[in-house]
Order: sequence, then C-alpha cells, then structure tokens
Amino acid sequence: MKTDPHPLPAEEDAPHGHPHAPIGEPPPLPDAAVPLGNQVDGPTVSSEESFSDSLKHPLMAPPGAQTLAELAAAELPASPPAAWAGAIAELKAGLAGGETIFGWLETDLDERLRFASGIIVLTDRRLLARGADDSEWRQWPLVAGMKLVRRDHAGVGSLSLSDSGGLLMLWRYTLAEDAAAGRLIEQFGRRLAARLSGLQPEPPERAVCPHCKNPLPPGEDDCPQCSREIHEAPSTWTLFRLWRFAKPYKGQLLAGFLLMLASTAATLVPPYLTMPLMDEVLIPFQNGAPIDTAKVYMLLGGLLVAALVAWSLGWAKTYILALVSERIGADLRTTTYQHLQTLSLEYFGGKRTGDLMSRIGAESDRICVFLSLNLLDFATDVLMITMTAVILFSINPWLALVTLAPLPFIGWLIHNVRDRLRYGFEQVDRVWAEVTSVLADTIPGIRVVKAFAQEKREVARFKEANARNLAVNDRVNKVWSVFSPTVTLSTEVGLLVVWAFGIWQVSQSAITVGVLSAFIAYIGRFYARLDSMSRIVSVTQKAAAGAKRIFDILDHVSSVPETANPVPLPQPFAGNIEVRKVGFRYGNRTVLRDVDLDIRAGEMIGLVGHSGSGKSTLVNLICRFYDASEGAIRIDGVDLRSLSFAEYRRHIGLVLQEPFLFFGTIAENIAYGKPEATREEIIAAARAAHAHEFILRLPHGYDSLVGERGQALSGGERQRISIARALLINPRILILDEATSAVDTETELEIQGALDNLIRGRTTIAIAHRLSTLRRADRLVVLDRGRVVEEGPHDELIAREGAYFRLYEAQTKQLEEQVAEAGWVVTGTDRRRPAAKHAAE
Amino acid sequence: MENPNLTATAFDLHRDSFGQLVFTAADGVEHVGVVPVRAFPISAPNGSLSLLSAEGHELAWIDEPQALREDLRTLIEDELASRDFMPVILRVNSVSSFATPSTWEIDTDRGPTRLVLKSEEEIRRLAPPALLIADAHGIHFLIRDRYALDAHSRKLLDRFL
Ligand SMILES: Nc1ncnc2c1ncn2[C@@H]1O[C@H](COP(=O)(O)OP(=O)(O)OP(=O)(O)O)[C@@H](O)[C@H]1O
Ligand SMILES: [Mg+2]
Repeated sequence: MKTDPHPLPAEEDAPHGHPHAPIGEPPPLPDAAVPLGNQVDGPTVSSEESFSDSLKHPLMAPPGAQTLAELAAAELPASPPAAWAGAIAELKAGLAGGETIFGWLETDLDERLRFASGIIVLTDRRLLARGADDSEWRQWPLVAGMKLVRRDHAGVGSLSLSDSGGLLMLWRYTLAEDAAAGRLIEQFGRRLAARLSGLQPEPPERAVCPHCKNPLPPGEDDCPQCSREIHEAPSTWTLFRLWRFAKPYKGQLLAGFLLMLASTAATLVPPYLTMPLMDEVLIPFQNGAPIDTAKVYMLLGGLLVAALVAWSLGWAKTYILALVSERIGADLRTTTYQHLQTLSLEYFGGKRTGDLMSRIGAESDRICVFLSLNLLDFATDVLMITMTAVILFSINPWLALVTLAPLPFIGWLIHNVRDRLRYGFEQVDRVWAEVTSVLADTIPGIRVVKAFAQEKREVARFKEANARNLAVNDRVNKVWSVFSPTVTLSTEVGLLVVWAFGIWQVSQSAITVGVLSAFIAYIGRFYARLDSMSRIVSVTQKAAAGAKRIFDILDHVSSVPETANPVPLPQPFAGNIEVRKVGFRYGNRTVLRDVDLDIRAGEMIGLVGHSGSGKSTLVNLICRFYDASEGAIRIDGVDLRSLSFAEYRRHIGLVLQEPFLFFGTIAENIAYGKPEATREEIIAAARAAHAHEFILRLPHGYDSLVGERGQALSGGERQRISIARALLINPRILILDEATSAVDTETELEIQGALDNLIRGRTTIAIAHRLSTLRRADRLVVLDRGRVVEEGPHDELIAREGAYFRLYEAQTKQLEEQVAEAGWVVTGTDRRRPAAKHAAE
Repeated sequence: MENPNLTATAFDLHRDSFGQLVFTAADGVEHVGVVPVRAFPISAPNGSLSLLSAEGHELAWIDEPQALREDLRTLIEDELASRDFMPVILRVNSVSSFATPSTWEIDTDRGPTRLVLKSEEEIRRLAPPALLIADAHGIHFLIRDRYALDAHSRKLLDRFL
C-alpha cells in the first residue's frame, strides 16, 4: 500500500487550483500550422475525462443540514455488485468515526487485462480497492491534488488515480462498466471537494434511475441506459407468434377450419362405401346371387355425391384460407417495414441492405406460402389421419393397430430430423442474404468497380458467396434426401404388413374381403398423407427460420426509443439548443466527449474542425438520430429524449453531407418533407436554393425524374435540391452539413446570399471545411477530436491565434501559394481550396 | 514533408511517474503520453507499428519492432500489452439460446467470461479459419481457428454461422 506523502490540505489548496492543469482540458493543438486533411484521425487516440468538471456543482451549507448517511443514500446505487456484497458489508461494518460509503465500481479486468473481478469503494474520506486475489483492502485517503481519470481504448476502459507525485493506481474495466465509472468519478470529485472545503456539495437534483443512477430524462420512468441493455432472446416457438397476425382474421379462420373438417370427412366417405359394395354386392354375386341394382345405384350415387360435396367444400376452404393467409402475409410485411422505420440509425449501420431486403421480401413471402398452402395441407393431413384412424378402429381394432404401426417410427424420424433441418434452413437463409448483399453492395458501386477494372473480382466474390450457399444447401439436402425416402419406405413396408395380416385374418374368417379392401383403400390415403405430412417438416422448418428472422427485426427495440408520454414543445417554439456534457460512442469508439455548447434561438453557428473530428456526429445527436451516451441535449429547456420525434423533427431542416434523392420527380423530392406543398412554395424554395434555373434547363423542368440515387444530376445540383427540400418545411432549426461543398465558389456565394435571408431568425448550425462559407456565422465552434477547443466570432478567434487561426492560416496560405505559382484566377471548383478573398470579407 | 523520425530510429522513450510514455525526438522535443499502435493488429500482430502522439500525430514508424533496441522494445511491448485487448476464445461452454441476442459463457486466454452476441452479423469472417466476434459492449473476441476448437464449441458456434 502506498502511503500518502501529503498532509491534509490547507484551505487555499482547493481542487480548483490544481498544481496540474486538469487532464480533462483539451490538449493544445501542435504548434506548427498543419494544413487541413493532414491529421491522423481518431481511432488510435484514447479519450479521457477527469472529475474536474463535476466540481462546478455549487457547494452547500455545512454538514448537519443533512447527515452524511442521508446524502450517501441519495447517491448510492441500489445494491452492491453480487460478487462483492459480502466484502462491502464487512467493510461497512468495520468503518469507524462516521465514515460513510458513497459509491463503488466493480472492475472486471485486472492489470494484465485478464478477466477478474475487482472492486473500488469510495467513502467520504478514502478510496479503497480490492482485487480478486487480494485478501486486504488497499486504500488511499482523499487529499488535495488527487485525480481520478478515465480513458478508453478499443473496448477497455482504464481508471487512473494519481496525485501530484505520480500515478497511484490504475484499474481496468470493459466498457460495460463505463457509465458506472463515470459516476464514480463524479462522486469522487464531490467527495474530494467536500473533504477539502468542509462543505457538502448539493446532492444531484435530477431524477435518477433506481438501478444505475443515471439521470432519467424528465417525464420518463424507464431508464434509457438500463432498458437498452436488455438482451433477451426471442422465443423459439416463433411460428406460434404468427398468431398475433392471424388474430384479426379469427372468423374467417374458423370458417375455413370448419369447411376443412367437413370436406375431409366427405373425402373419407367413398372408401367406406366400398365395404358394402364388396361384401353385399360383388362377393354375393361371385357366390351366385343376383346383383341388387337398387343398392348399386344407391351406393354409386353416394360415391358421386360424396365426391361433389368434397369438391365444393374443398374449393370454399382453399379460397377462404388462401385469402386470409395472403392478408396475414401482407400485414406481416407492413408491420415489419413499419417497425424497421422506427429503428435507429445504429441498427441500420449494423445491417446490410441486402439482408434486410431478403428478410422483408422473400422470407415473409415464404411464411405466407407456408400459411396458405402447407399449413392447410398439414391440418388436412392431421385431420384425415385422425379420422381415418377412428374409422379403422371402429371397423376392426386389430387391423387398425397393425396399420398404425409405422406411425411412431415416423414420429421419431421427424423429431430427429427437425432440429437439424431448421438450423440448416436458417443457415441457408443467412447465406442467401449474403448473396443478396453482394448484389446490394456492388450494384450501387458499379462505377468504382468498372473504374478499377475489378469486374472479375466482384464476380469471384459473388461466386464465393454462391459456393457457400451451395455448401450449406448440400448439407441440408443430405439430411433431407435421406429423410423423405425413409418415410416412403416405412409406409410401403406398412402396406405389406397390412396385406399379410389382412389375408391371414380373412383366411381365419375374422374379417370379410370387403373390410380388407376398405382398409387397403383407406391406407392408401393414410400413407399418402403421412408422406406429405413428413414433407411438410422441411417447409415448416423453413418457415420457422424465416419467421425467426422477421421476429428478429420486430423484437428489436430501437436504441433511440420514442418516449411514452412526450412533453409538448414549448409554444412558441424558439429553437434554443443546449448541449450539456455530451459524450458519444460508436460501438467502442469514443467520438465525442464532454461537449458543452449553447446555441441561442436565431443564432448561426459554424462548426469547424478537421475531418473526423465529430461535427456530423454532433449534428446526428442534435437531430436525435442517436442518443448521447452521456450528458443531455435540451431544446428550449426540454430534454430531447422526452420530445416526440415527429413533432421535433418537423422543425428541423437538414441538408446532409451526402444528399440523397428518392426516385421521383424533382418537385416531389423538394416537397418530400411537406407533401402538401403548393407549386408556388416548391418554386420559391428552389429559387432560394438557386436550383430554379438549372431545373428549368432540364427537359421536363420540375417534372423531370431523378434516378434511383438522383444519378441524372451532378453533385452540386443534388445539394441544391436538398437545400430546397430543407428550406421548404420552413424549419426553426436549420442544419447544413457541408451543404455547399460540391458547388463552385460562385454558385456557393449565390446560395449564401439567398441563405442569408433565410437564416435570419432561425437557429442555424453550419458545417463547412471551406471557412469562407461560414463568414456569416455569429459564432464559430472549433471541434478537435471530439471536444470543443475554441468558441467565438471569427475576428476574436483570429486574434486569439489558436486552433481556428491555424486552420484559417493554412487555407489562406495554401490558396495564395497556388495562385502565385500557377497564376490562377479564383473561380475554381475545387472544394478543398478555399477562396480566401471571400473569407476575408 | 518528410518527417525524419519516420525513417530512422533516432528517438528515445522512457516512462514518467504518471505511467505515461515520453517520447524524445531526435531534435530533443519531448512528447508526453505517446501511444504505440499496431498497424495490422489482426492480420500481422507482430508486424510494423507506429508511435502516435497524444494528439494523434505519427511520431515514428517502426517497420520492424524486432530490430529495435532492447529497452525501447520492452517499453513498447509493455505498453501494447496493457492496451491490446482481444481475448482469444478457447472454448464455448454454453449459449443461452440459438436466437440472438444470445449470451455465451466462454473460456478465453484471459480467463472465463461471458459475451452478449447481438446478432449473427457481429461475427466477422476474417481470412479463414479465423473469426472475429464483437460483443454488445464493443469487445472483440478472436477465434484463431474455428476448426481447432473442441467438438462441443464447434457445434455451438456452427449454429450462428
Ligand atoms: N456510424 C459510425 N460508426 C462508427 N464510427 C463512425 C460512424 N460515423 C462516424 N464515425 C467516426 O466518428 C468520427 C467522427 O465522424 P464525423 O462524421 O462526425 O466527422 P466529421 O467531423 O463530420 O468529419 P467530416 O468533416 O469528414 O465530415 C470519425 O472518426 C468517424 O470515423
Ligand atoms: Mg461530416
């Protein structure tokens, strides 16, 4: 145990006046002016955070107003981690002098990064820790200059405790514990401040989740952090879950079922009539008796009627059930698609388009076919088999028993094969989705393929996916091909046994020839049914696999959930945006950390920073395409998470870095956010975005069709259409992510001029690499590797000679050099070379 | 813009009392908190690596780590060992279900643990026979050779491929 070299601090040694700059502060940019685009992007840079910011909490009256225990109760998570509950209880019992536990963190890695549980406990005066192998607690009294800092890299978090002399201890944990580590740091900061000042910090006034103590979004009972981590597998009885979709058609289904019952019964009449035909007509005739014509007519008439009845009932049932199942299939597709639309971008980021397409298209169709044809057949088969069995038993129990002998064997076979087939078919589906994915990947990228002459490679890739498809199919077919003939064989053998047993019984005069012939007639149907029923095993398993993959989508809860009871937007809606201590991670990569930003209503801010610094990500959070991992964003004082999506996004006009146009006319594309817009409105928006003229030059004007990805248009033209689209909805908040990066400088200036009018009165966030684009911004915010490093108007930032100044310098200098070298005139279309002249305006 | 450090090994490294690596360039400039990064952590884990400054700029490129001076190599390897985290799955003991999300109890070279597989797509096929599995918390688990696992693990794994 390391002892503390520092005596208890004097009053002036408050944590605000650290001897070291807090590590949480942004590291300064390198001294040399680095031209844009020469930065090494984020992935290798770990992010870090210290407690120092949490010390902004106001301090409260001296202790006594509330006891320490009461304070601790407000901050402690509900229960200690299970593995350490005993140790913590023991520790608690041993605490003396009113020492109180304020927090803990379970670490799940040891210092050599092996999986091992450890615990860190924070009391009002000490930090204690214990590893899996330790028998003793290690402890560090809280003293001035102590720092608790976390970083993370590639899925591993580290928490380091240091004082002014150096590192005291380093703990490691997986990111599962990251939020808890953040809270421990915050509590540590509060306790340290309290320890040093003798004043108690105000307890956190926000409502917190009872499980993880994360702040709850106002008006919400469920913690977004906790509910996100429910990892429950969907039930395996997936096919039965289709009932949810069948329920609305209960009536029709019942009618269909009754019809099926009746028609099956009708088909069972003819063999029954062969019995009297044989025993009372044909055999007496052979024995010399005359044919009873009336009886023959009656029996033949009966056969005909039975056939007709069976036909009409069969027709009605097939029709009704096919209609119903088609509707169930359609509902299933729509519901899945509807659900897909509510899922977050995170979900789409992790899925391949081809896979989703094959799930919603082909697999729902397979389920539909299963419901309409196979399930119907199956039900008929089961009915037929039961009814036949009953009839057979009523005629002659012994013979019936022999007839049914192969049944258990077939049952056993089905049971054995079913599981194998199901997961085989699941694999087939997945591989099939892979084949589709290759298509979905390469067809949009066909220009790149051709440009690099990689057609052969792409064909090879497709072939490979196809080969895998074959391999998986072969495996399934191996099982399947054995199964089906085996069933047939066992039925053939069964027939043989019935003949043998029947002849013996006839010879014993136990049954008549008529009975035997009726049996044989029934058995023919019976075994045929059994055969088709066994075949259905494969279809059922295929459908079950498909249903599972569809329910995978349906069961997925959006990671950006719509709140149950949305808070209405304040009226009139102004558009103030407050970003508070926001942190964000894509998977295990921290992209934003500790971003604080206030954007007043009507203000225009420019976001600048190197490529990959997190500008688009911040915009994604403000639009709530993702939820921040930490911190909160408030719009007019309301937490973003408690607003309804539709209501909020109606006020956002977004122009994306990669403009996307849907297949349709230009007018439809401009009016995408407001389909009821009049022609005049559309034209006004297009004029404002300087798209009007080029649209008119197209052969069909506003009615021109733009291709699947707006391929008929140039990059700049597409951008202008998407600006018009954003302007048309007359948003309070306008977000321009590199909105004019692909237009030439002249056009940009024109668009800018038009935008100037439109920006007035709207909260605007503009992102641009070409700094001249942002000359109208009230304030510039410089992001660097996920942190805000500078903020202020252009002139001020230039005067400060900081990060912005260097970005600006680099652009200006580069341009001047080039102009000097080549004698260029500045009207170029190259987006990376800024027009310094405009920027200087 | 040739950075002289990128070619020659004219630099020095030491560890400060805060446990951070300090890089001294040929011109005497010190960088605190440098980070060694492998260029191909999966396909060539022992191959070339790079030293990045805390700001994310490359300070030195090391083509052959084996050829480095002994003390430098140890420092770098120690630092890498404390950062590199890609547990290798040795055995899959059980899975909670064959439908995702599924929780797996596994043995790794870093001890037993569990992982949550969000969906089958989180299993990435590397150059066969290797697989990379990303769990719900962003940890990447490696399977070096899936055919070399024991029969039980292979059977469980097969259901997700
Ligand atoms: N969906 C994603 N999944 C994982 N990482 C992502 C994702 N989107 C972005 N990133 C990473 O996050 C970082 C910030 O990306 P972002 O798009 O916000 O950068 P940017 O500042 O907008 O850059 P640019 O100026 O090039 O548009 C980048 O390093 C990027 O690689
Ligand atoms: Mg961007």
